Amino acid sequence: MSRNLILGACLSSLVVLAALVSFVWTPYDHAALNIPDKLQPPNARHWFGTDHFGRDMFSMIMVGARTSIAVALVAVGIGVGFGVPVGLTAAARKGSWLDELIMRGNDLVFAFPSLVIAILITAVFGAGAINAIIAIGIFNIPVFARITRGAALSLWEREFILAARVAGKGAARISAEHILPNVANLLIVQGTIQFSLGILAEAGLSYVGLGAQPPTPSWGRMLADAQTMVSFAPHLALIPGLAIIVTVLGLNLMGDGLRDWLDPRIRVARA
Amino acid sequence: MTKSRYRTFASALAVGASLFATQGWAQSDITIAMQLEPPHLDPTSAAAQAIDSVVYANVFQGLTRFMGDGSIVPSLAASWDISEDGKTYTFKLHDGVTFHDGTTMDAEDVKFSLDRARAEDSANAQKALFAGIETVEAVDPLTVRITLKEPNGNFLFNLAWGDAVIVAPESIENIKTSPVGTGPYTFAEWVQGDRVVLQRNPDYWGEQPALEKATFKFISDPTAAFAAVMAEDVDVFTGFPAPENLPQFEADPRFQVLVGSTEGETILSTNNKQPPFDDVRVRKAMAHAIDRQAIIDGAMFGYGTPIGTHFAPHHPAYVDLTGNSAYDPEQAKALLAEAGFPDGFETTLHLPPPSYARRGGEIIAAQLAEVGIKAEIINVEWAQWLETVFKGKDYGLTIVSHTEPMDIGIYARPDYYFQYDNPEFQKLMETLNATTDEAKRTELLQQAQRIIAEDYVNGYLFQLAALSVAKAGVQGLWVNAPTAATDLAAISWSE
Repeated sequence: MSRNLILGACLSSLVVLAALVSFVWTPYDHAALNIPDKLQPPNARHWFGTDHFGRDMFSMIMVGARTSIAVALVAVGIGVGFGVPVGLTAAARKGSWLDELIMRGNDLVFAFPSLVIAILITAVFGAGAINAIIAIGIFNIPVFARITRGAALSLWEREFILAARVAGKGAARISAEHILPNVANLLIVQGTIQFSLGILAEAGLSYVGLGAQPPTPSWGRMLADAQTMVSFAPHLALIPGLAIIVTVLGLNLMGDGLRDWLDPRIRVARA
Repeated sequence: MTKSRYRTFASALAVGASLFATQGWAQSDITIAMQLEPPHLDPTSAAAQAIDSVVYANVFQGLTRFMGDGSIVPSLAASWDISEDGKTYTFKLHDGVTFHDGTTMDAEDVKFSLDRARAEDSANAQKALFAGIETVEAVDPLTVRITLKEPNGNFLFNLAWGDAVIVAPESIENIKTSPVGTGPYTFAEWVQGDRVVLQRNPDYWGEQPALEKATFKFISDPTAAFAAVMAEDVDVFTGFPAPENLPQFEADPRFQVLVGSTEGETILSTNNKQPPFDDVRVRKAMAHAIDRQAIIDGAMFGYGTPIGTHFAPHHPAYVDLTGNSAYDPEQAKALLAEAGFPDGFETTLHLPPPSYARRGGEIIAAQLAEVGIKAEIINVEWAQWLETVFKGKDYGLTIVSHTEPMDIGIYARPDYYFQYDNPEFQKLMETLNATTDEAKRTELLQQAQRIIAEDYVNGYLFQLAALSVAKAGVQGLWVNAPTAATDLAAISWSE
């Protein structure tokens, strides 16, 4: 295992751990306002300081991790859930009108800048975590569809697939039993990357006020709230900013490491 | 490439230096920033305060006008006589007043403006101001006689509003995009989304103002507002949107900070017709669940005066009724239980963009949650707020600052967006409008304040502070905001 993978896994699990622990324990109630204690810099009582309403930043970051992870996870889920079957189908029916339709549909979705469309969706259907998830999720579908199709196409040329066909297995069964396990590695790596992009997208949407609505804490909105106060309370922006950086960096390192570790060609070369 | 870059740099320096040099002389122009851009420039056909902030007393003038201290003084009217019965006002107009297009301003224009404002199909946002007018007659070119149905102690005050300015029939058609008035400044250009420019009117009938040119810039984002002032891109920012930044300006010798009072009663508007808010016990419970000081400190960083009714604290007739709705969550819970909501209820809280609403809303939602009321926060833009809340009345709670002066009369309008329908109050307002005796008016106003406070019509939060930042050399700015206005004629640069 590479250093990248270990470091990435550590950073990511730190964030996941914070999110999980927040279900049972946070130092303070993340929503409890305590105006007289507002804008405290990090100290022994409030490890990450307090925000402009006197809320404990550490608790907010923990619960905010929950929001980020939930949104990104479901969005990746949508991408995998729809994208992979679509990609497998396209590969199995290579060259057919169905393949064309699917891939041109993918191109269409790809052609739009994803965050702009996400803003459009949340603006039309209302701001909120659910709509943010849908908006981010939709743009994960073509990513997974393409990856799956590309990898599956080359697999379809392989002898063991030919053997399976000779044995009388149908295209659907071959896709599920032989193709899918062989593209899983790729999907895990891509899933990690999309997960980190999902976290960034969620932060971006809530930064412009279209993500999770108050009082649900979200890192992006914490950043937005901090904007006018950066000059005298820099921790308000630094802390959620660092949280985003740590998470995205961790996930990307982990994705890189996983790719090296799982890629059969590199594995063979290493051995 | 390097060479050309040097050249650009050098010429930039030269330009910068020459700009600096001209700035050294007595400056005759000013850039004034504000948060909201006006939807158009006709103060007589929209409620938007941003219109008045640009054109009131600069481009357009009325018969009377507000001064910075809230007093009412003559403007286009040189003098007036009030008949014994208080029903007939005879205004003598200033001689030699012309509109910016060169046409003369006379009694016919006054008649046109007032008749237009009070007409059946008038788009005037404050038609109630003119409701008491029976007839307007142009006696001779410089004399106007206005007859009222009933004596109205507030009539001269009503005529001072931006909604009552004098316009000309010749230029009324394009008034929204190229306003033509009688004021000391003429409209020069409007770059939508950015700025409105006004030029000094060389043919002004009164005294020439000090400033030659004024640019109004519209900067809606609080962060950009802070940056624009810090970088000295603007000379003045009126209605500065981020109170948290004011201590920094105060500490900086380049700037002055003006903290005054506005006519803005900031209230938690409540849909009085929507259950459960139709029950006074529920409204009372909410009033006791709210900690005003926490809202002022948390949302406005301490700027603002607590209010207990819909009335400006700096007005002589104000009664302090904050004790009537003191912070008492236990009593709030008891009242909710009594009203049949021991576990609270769910509602919506629509929040328009200003930080008093967005931040105040988060605090109020948390405070209401303490007593079991779950208010779902819905952040809306102004257009959406006007559509859903103000016109559609499809809301539970909302936060907004009512910046019109002396607007307690809105509680006598059952179709107004908070839908308060109390015949007793409506009768009281009728009596008030017909009363001219100052002592009697004060008594009636105080009675009115008590009725709405004891009915807990809305949650009364605080009087919005007038917060402005300006470069140290700017003088003559209004500290208080008795009406939305930027009185350019009063502004000048100190040497």
